Amino acid sequence: MFEKLKEKLGSFKNSLGGAIEEKETVLEEKPLKNAPSRQKAGVFGKLKAAVVEREFIINENSLQEPLWGLEMALLESDVALPVSEKIVESVKEELVGSRRKIGSSTAAIVESALRDAISKVISVDSFDFDKFIEESDKPVTIVFVGVNGTGKTTTISKMAERLKEQGYSVVLAAGDTFRAGAIEQIERHARALGIKLIKHQDDADPAAVIYDAIQHAKAKHVDVVLADTAGRLHTNINLMDQLRKVVRVNNPDLIIFVDEAIAGNDAVERANMFNKAVPFNGSILTKQDADSKGGAAISIAYTTGKPILFLGTGQGYKDLVKFEPEWLLDRLFE
Amino acid sequence: MVMDKLGGSLQDALRKLVGAGRIDEKAVDELVRDIQRALLQADVNVKLVMTLSQTIKQRSLKEKPPGGMSPREHVIRIVYQELINILGKDADVKLAPQTIMMVGLQGSGKTTTTAKLARYFQRKGLKAAVICADNFRHGAYDQLKTLCEKSDVFFYGENDEKDAVGITRRGLAAIGKYDIKIIDTAGRHALESDLIKEMEEIHRAANPDHRFLVLDAAIGQLASEQARAFNNSIGITGVIITKLDGTAKGGGALSAVSETDSAIAFIGTGETPDDIELFEPDRFISRLLGMGDIKALVEKAEEALKPEDFDVDVMMSGRFSLKDMYNQLEAMNKMGPLKQVMQMLPMGKMGIKFSDDMYNVTEERMKKYKFIMDSMTGSELDDPKIINSSRITRISRGSGTRYEEVRELLKYHRTMQKAMKGMMGGGKFNMQKMMKKLGI
Repeated sequence: MFEKLKEKLGSFKNSLGGAIEEKETVLEEKPLKNAPSRQKAGVFGKLKAAVVEREFIINENSLQEPLWGLEMALLESDVALPVSEKIVESVKEELVGSRRKIGSSTAAIVESALRDAISKVISVDSFDFDKFIEESDKPVTIVFVGVNGTGKTTTISKMAERLKEQGYSVVLAAGDTFRAGAIEQIERHARALGIKLIKHQDDADPAAVIYDAIQHAKAKHVDVVLADTAGRLHTNINLMDQLRKVVRVNNPDLIIFVDEAIAGNDAVERANMFNKAVPFNGSILTKQDADSKGGAAISIAYTTGKPILFLGTGQGYKDLVKFEPEWLLDRLFE
Repeated sequence: MVMDKLGGSLQDALRKLVGAGRIDEKAVDELVRDIQRALLQADVNVKLVMTLSQTIKQRSLKEKPPGGMSPREHVIRIVYQELINILGKDADVKLAPQTIMMVGLQGSGKTTTTAKLARYFQRKGLKAAVICADNFRHGAYDQLKTLCEKSDVFFYGENDEKDAVGITRRGLAAIGKYDIKIIDTAGRHALESDLIKEMEEIHRAANPDHRFLVLDAAIGQLASEQARAFNNSIGITGVIITKLDGTAKGGGALSAVSETDSAIAFIGTGETPDDIELFEPDRFISRLLGMGDIKALVEKAEEALKPEDFDVDVMMSGRFSLKDMYNQLEAMNKMGPLKQVMQMLPMGKMGIKFSDDMYNVTEERMKKYKFIMDSMTGSELDDPKIINSSRITRISRGSGTRYEEVRELLKYHRTMQKAMKGMMGGGKFNMQKMMKKLGI
């Protein structure tokens, strides 16, 4: 994840940093020039740094090429177009017209501008999932939502395994009553994990299935209810209404949006529409192991303002890792 | 549809050229940037976008527009030609006995598409059978089995058997007499080397005529790499794009096709077994550029409709009674959601854009119109002029609608009638104005 973006960010940093650095050596030959220097400089050609009394002013024109390169790097990493633009815009704001003392490290200037821009975009309220489960009244009900084929059911089984490891009792609700084979799928997971599953027949009302699971949890003092729902496209109004009903009837403690890390620009669109229909508390990104570029994490966090909670990293029950925004930034800039 | 959003932005970009009398570099530059943005937002591979847009730019500036062609048409033609270079190949799906192997990433929709595809061939008169070689994902067996039972397609599977290659071998032996044999495999990605190896073994065992790569329309930049890996290992003969009924634009398919030098074979457009269409590049690009796709509409109509449902002659004759309108609404229902139908019409050219809300409102209203007409007598349907106030009251009671709604329907009918007349006479058929009048 993020290898490519990191590489590109590195080269962007260098293209700016290198340019300014070179300027410095020129300055050493002809120290202290009062008029702005207009020479071309830099490995990547276009960057012109004007020097006024031992300070650099970075002008907009000189940034155009490197910024275009940065935007392409973000897009290649699956950061959605509007989000990429937002990041590029704020890097530009940060850099243009900024004055830097020669003494300060130029690489650091650029890195901090980028880091600021990206963290601005993904800065969202932090949410401690484990603490939330620990401190909430039991049973805690979590409903998983998302489009078709993102991996909701698999994620639920991983989550069940994780909670079980932590000593909680768990019950699953087979809320996907629509897709053929969905109930069998979650049933097999439940059996493999040794966890109780509450199910109805195909085409039953998902709200009712989840309701029953919650009632079961209350009666048997089960700690956590993990409720599956059918995958649905965010454009299908009737199915989104059904989801609203599930939430209205069961009033879950948490709603988690499951999407795939390999999604491109559409990630923004659907995260947005799901969040509007059933405002969720956080997201889980699956299929991280398929060499995803990681941009979806940035796009989704930015669009919804909700944290990414976990990443799905494989097909085994243990392949669920906690996601930290700081971790993302560190991976980009380490 | 597919990249109707992409189509939209391209149309915007192209429209800017309308006014331009001659092609100057600046206008082309701007157009190329717009095209780049549109393609990038549709998740087309970044490198592909750059190559494509550079070619378009160079050709637009270098080549002289053929005589009588406006600059806009000139650029459209180049965009079209370049897109067809990528998408133009035919997947060569014959209506003949064949073996098809389905591969793809997890959750891309292989199983659903397998069932749709079997049904597609079945509808065309070929006997289809499927083999469930996905022994990994829980519930895959039950899913495919259920779908096949619903569509009356023969299903072969071995629940709890771990050896996918063995299942494939035994399955092929068991379904030998069927025309179409489709093998559904487990989802996998390029980095899962053991699963890639398994896929290669299944491929060797089955020796399929077609290897279809199933791609989620929402897939991002990863599409190219994944397609390359699948192609290197078994040779992809076609790409199927799924979930195109959402907002995803399916640009990943463009990358995949370019990467594998294959073609888009089918597109999935909904959750029911019939929501699959044969992909035709010409149509796709016409749609992309906002040139409409009446051909698709007519063909779909032919499949779903009996001749008496849809009498173009009556419509064109100007004698457009309520009954004709009723048939028209019925026909539309059979053709599927209004949105899909509308997208096939050349609305883009007229600059009409529909939001999803509009579709839903319109669809609701169409349903209501049907109820209202169900409460009318035969003579009222034939000659709506006889419907007076007391008849309106009766009709509204009978259909459970409001008085105003019945009047609205009558107004709608009058507008339609006018439109039909205008169309026939070749007069000023202003769709936009009409839509506005109808409030949709």
